[in-house]
Amino acid sequence: MATLREIRRRIASIQNIEQVTDAMRVVAAARLRRAQENIIATRPYAEKLNTIIGHLISQMNTEEQALTHPLLETREIKHVCIVSVSGDRGLCGSFNSNVIRTTTQRIAHYQESGADVTLICIGRRGQEHFVRRGYDITDSYINIFRQLEFQTAVDVVHEFEHLYIDKKIDKVEVVYNNFRSAILQTVLVEQLLPLVPEVPEGDTHFLDYVYEPSQIELFEMLLGKHLNMQMWKVLLDSNAAEQAARMAAMENATQKAKELIDELILQRNRARQTQITTEISEIVSGAAALEG
Amino acid sequence: MLNRSFHLEIRTPEQLIYEGDVTSVQAPGVEGNFQILAGHIPFLTALDVGEIRVRESSETSQLMATSGGVFEVLRTGVTVLVETAEWASEIDVSRAESALDRAQTQLTENAPDLNRPRAEAALARAKNRIKVASNL
Repeated sequence: MATLREIRRRIASIQNIEQVTDAMRVVAAARLRRAQENIIATRPYAEKLNTIIGHLISQMNTEEQALTHPLLETREIKHVCIVSVSGDRGLCGSFNSNVIRTTTQRIAHYQESGADVTLICIGRRGQEHFVRRGYDITDSYINIFRQLEFQTAVDVVHEFEHLYIDKKIDKVEVVYNNFRSAILQTVLVEQLLPLVPEVPEGDTHFLDYVYEPSQIELFEMLLGKHLNMQMWKVLLDSNAAEQAARMAAMENATQKAKELIDELILQRNRARQTQITTEISEIVSGAAALEG
Repeated sequence: MLNRSFHLEIRTPEQLIYEGDVTSVQAPGVEGNFQILAGHIPFLTALDVGEIRVRESSETSQLMATSGGVFEVLRTGVTVLVETAEWASEIDVSRAESALDRAQTQLTENAPDLNRPRAEAALARAKNRIKVASNL
């Protein structure tokens, strides 16, 4: 049985841990709120952009123009680029390990079918993991989540877009944590390139615009913007998911610490009681010996 | 002088930059700068790196730097979707200058792994920010 002093020391150290994990939970909760606001703030832009693209496609279809664009071109898959989005920091449950595991599975899947795979790593956790294991990494982006900027999404897209147009890669996929809610995050694999054009619904009686430059040039430019937007959404989602995962993990840790402290307090009281009982019986027997 | 106004909305992926009724807006189209007044026909164009000038009345105007986007005119109003936009007064000049230096060094060093289009784009953005900030 542990001595009284040892138990007291353990209680004090676990109380410290509890304070730290609880503070981390509060910070994660605040960051989560901001991340959710960012997701909401981006919606009007995305919707408007999709409407404009929809208008343009509906006009182009009526003129029987085939949609041809390097980014829409489907080729035989020989080289794949996977964008793996993890976090920069740990202590967030299975957030990073889920992404790393799914990425590894996708790499194995493509290698089995004879394609080679290159990675773009976003987030330090994933980057360190894949560098250590000697994977082929085209580019990595570290410490971007603290101050998330749209420009980062543009840079990432730029990186794989020109590889795709130069036919150095035939497919681009992104692996990331999708933010469903504060308690549910799931790892998603989405295809970024080739783009799958969405056919807009209804709205065919939309009156035509004057275009500058030509329709087709505008369309190409908008596809690029659309891709930037998708990447931006992925970054925002992953950021929110990371904070939510960390919040949950830290809440669990705090809870566990509380339980542990309760148990130790019980042990401490028992130990103290034993000590007191021993002392009393020693005094009593000492006094009895004197009287005797 | 015509003083009719129309509705204008300027958005970036991160936030709403401007919303309100204006009498004119000037923007950097890929085929040259242009100005839109009330009653313009539906028009869709791409924007280049440059400056957008918003006039709420003939006396007042506000200036912002943008790095390009889409400009749509409908009967109901004008929507501008730009990837970045900053009011002239909000531009961080020292940051833009350091970005300018960085891009210039990259371009002069011309390292083999240099991503030339990206560096050139960064250079153009930084130059534009500095220009707009000095035109306050």
